[in-house]
Amino acid sequence: MTIEKTALAPGQEAPRQDATPTGKAPRSRLRDNRAAYALLGPNLLLIGLFLLVPLVWSLLMSFQAKRSFGPGEWSGLTNLSRLLSDDVFWRALLNTAIFTVATVPLSVGLGLGLAMLMDKALPGRGVFRTIVYLPIAVSSLVVSLVGLLLFDESVGIVNGVLRDLGVGPVSWQSNGALAMLSVVVMTLWTRVGFGMLVYLAALQDVDKEVLEAATMDGAGGFNRVRHVIVPWLRPTTFFLVVINMIWSFQVFDVVYVMTNGGPGYSTTMLVTYAYDEGFGPSRNFGYGATVGLVLLVITLAITAVQLRVNRRQEA
Amino acid sequence: MSRPLRFAVCLLVSAVFVLPLFAMVVVAFTPRELVFDGGASLWPSRFTTANFSNLFASFPVWRWFSNAMIVATLTTALSVAVNLAAGFALAKLQFAGRTFVLVVVLSTLMVPAQAVMIPQFELVARMGLIGLFWAVILPSASTALGVFLARQFFVSVPDELLDAARLDGCGTVATLRYVVLPMAKPLIAVMVLLAFMTQWNDFLWPLITLRDPDLYTLPVALRFLQGQFDADYGGLMAMALLSCVPLLVVFVALQRFFVDGFSRSGIR
Repeated sequence: MTIEKTALAPGQEAPRQDATPTGKAPRSRLRDNRAAYALLGPNLLLIGLFLLVPLVWSLLMSFQAKRSFGPGEWSGLTNLSRLLSDDVFWRALLNTAIFTVATVPLSVGLGLGLAMLMDKALPGRGVFRTIVYLPIAVSSLVVSLVGLLLFDESVGIVNGVLRDLGVGPVSWQSNGALAMLSVVVMTLWTRVGFGMLVYLAALQDVDKEVLEAATMDGAGGFNRVRHVIVPWLRPTTFFLVVINMIWSFQVFDVVYVMTNGGPGYSTTMLVTYAYDEGFGPSRNFGYGATVGLVLLVITLAITAVQLRVNRRQEA
Repeated sequence: MSRPLRFAVCLLVSAVFVLPLFAMVVVAFTPRELVFDGGASLWPSRFTTANFSNLFASFPVWRWFSNAMIVATLTTALSVAVNLAAGFALAKLQFAGRTFVLVVVLSTLMVPAQAVMIPQFELVARMGLIGLFWAVILPSASTALGVFLARQFFVSVPDELLDAARLDGCGTVATLRYVVLPMAKPLIAVMVLLAFMTQWNDFLWPLITLRDPDLYTLPVALRFLQGQFDADYGGLMAMALLSCVPLLVVFVALQRFFVDGFSRSGIR
């Protein structure tokens, strides 16, 4: 069960029982109305102003030739047609897809593996868990700068160790594929702990009796994992895959700081490209907003697939 | 897997996971000329605190810390207040348009802020907020995740409790004050931790809106220092270390709440 699914089922609650069934009910309902709007007001105001207005504005901007502030000029589909024939945009989309494919399965898979490893009693288990969780609390900027420290071609730690071993130097920054790899590694460092944390919480609830029954029936360790634990964890896995996909498609900080999209465009992502277009030298707000909308469409598509799969699982 | 083997694997995994943090700490205390000459190393021949004193001498480090505290504290307070109120209303009050509001609020879970950052920036600029912390605080305060967490919590609170309060003569405000809030302490703890951590570590939006080094929060300051220090990793790591120590301490001390919050933020 995931965020959207649980949340979008408002019909599930029990109907409100009015404490006083007499003539008082309408008055208390009125009071509820006023109280509800008062409680919701600040939130709705902030969401409306800072999210919904920009959302609509984004759509408008994508049909405008607009640089920096001020009114744009309507330009029809110019931004869209530029987008479709823009090699850098397609490269950014491809890179984002590669980054997603590289990070999501590993974040989830390693998270599961470590959760199983650290689920059962073990001396020092709490310390081990804490160490794997720690990167969750480290800001992406620190992660990125430490990533630079590790993968710097000339003075970095990794190349230093490799040199001592008689290997290298490896061109982590000037080779596009290796630069992508370095960004992926640092991303995994922060994501695996989150996956493990969520899996450990879910493992708490695995039905011990079913597990015992499986053991009695002669299921070995591998079979217990495959036929009992993995099916039990399916909703958790699904949640982690979706949230990791959304995070990966939105990646910005680590790439911006570690590679700034380079070398060339080999690590340019959707959001770094939108940022460069909107806030870089060209300050092309119209085109930057158009690239941003692509991210929105992809996120909505992932969510739509998620809702559909959830509904099928329910049925 | 046998227990000794599991222990050995855990040891190895922990070594790998702690390595980046270990490298950060070591290099923060490594003399800069060692890094320039032989490259950064995990076991330098000498240690120094010069990186820290240089950092404090050349940059407004305390200023950045106080900026970070101000922005994170105000955002957290505002965020918890508005999200808690909205979550409660959506869970426990009947009102016209409730389903519609619920769908709108929760749909915003799916809108990535990065997708609309350009018009968001122009909006904030036109409101005259650039150069003020409010440019960061106001757009970050209302989060669909916060509303969602609060609503989930309140849905599980029995209606009878609220009805009893009402029968005793409490209005909605008094019910909130004397019945709901005391009960919601664990929820508030989780919301505070998540909101504070998110804001303390947020980078892209403060990067766009805080254009003056005197206003920087820690992540933006780190980005600024990256340009200033170039390959002087000692100074950079000194600041990186300082910036993440407070949160790491809180995280380890309150791990239970974090684990609770994260695992409750999505599943089951």
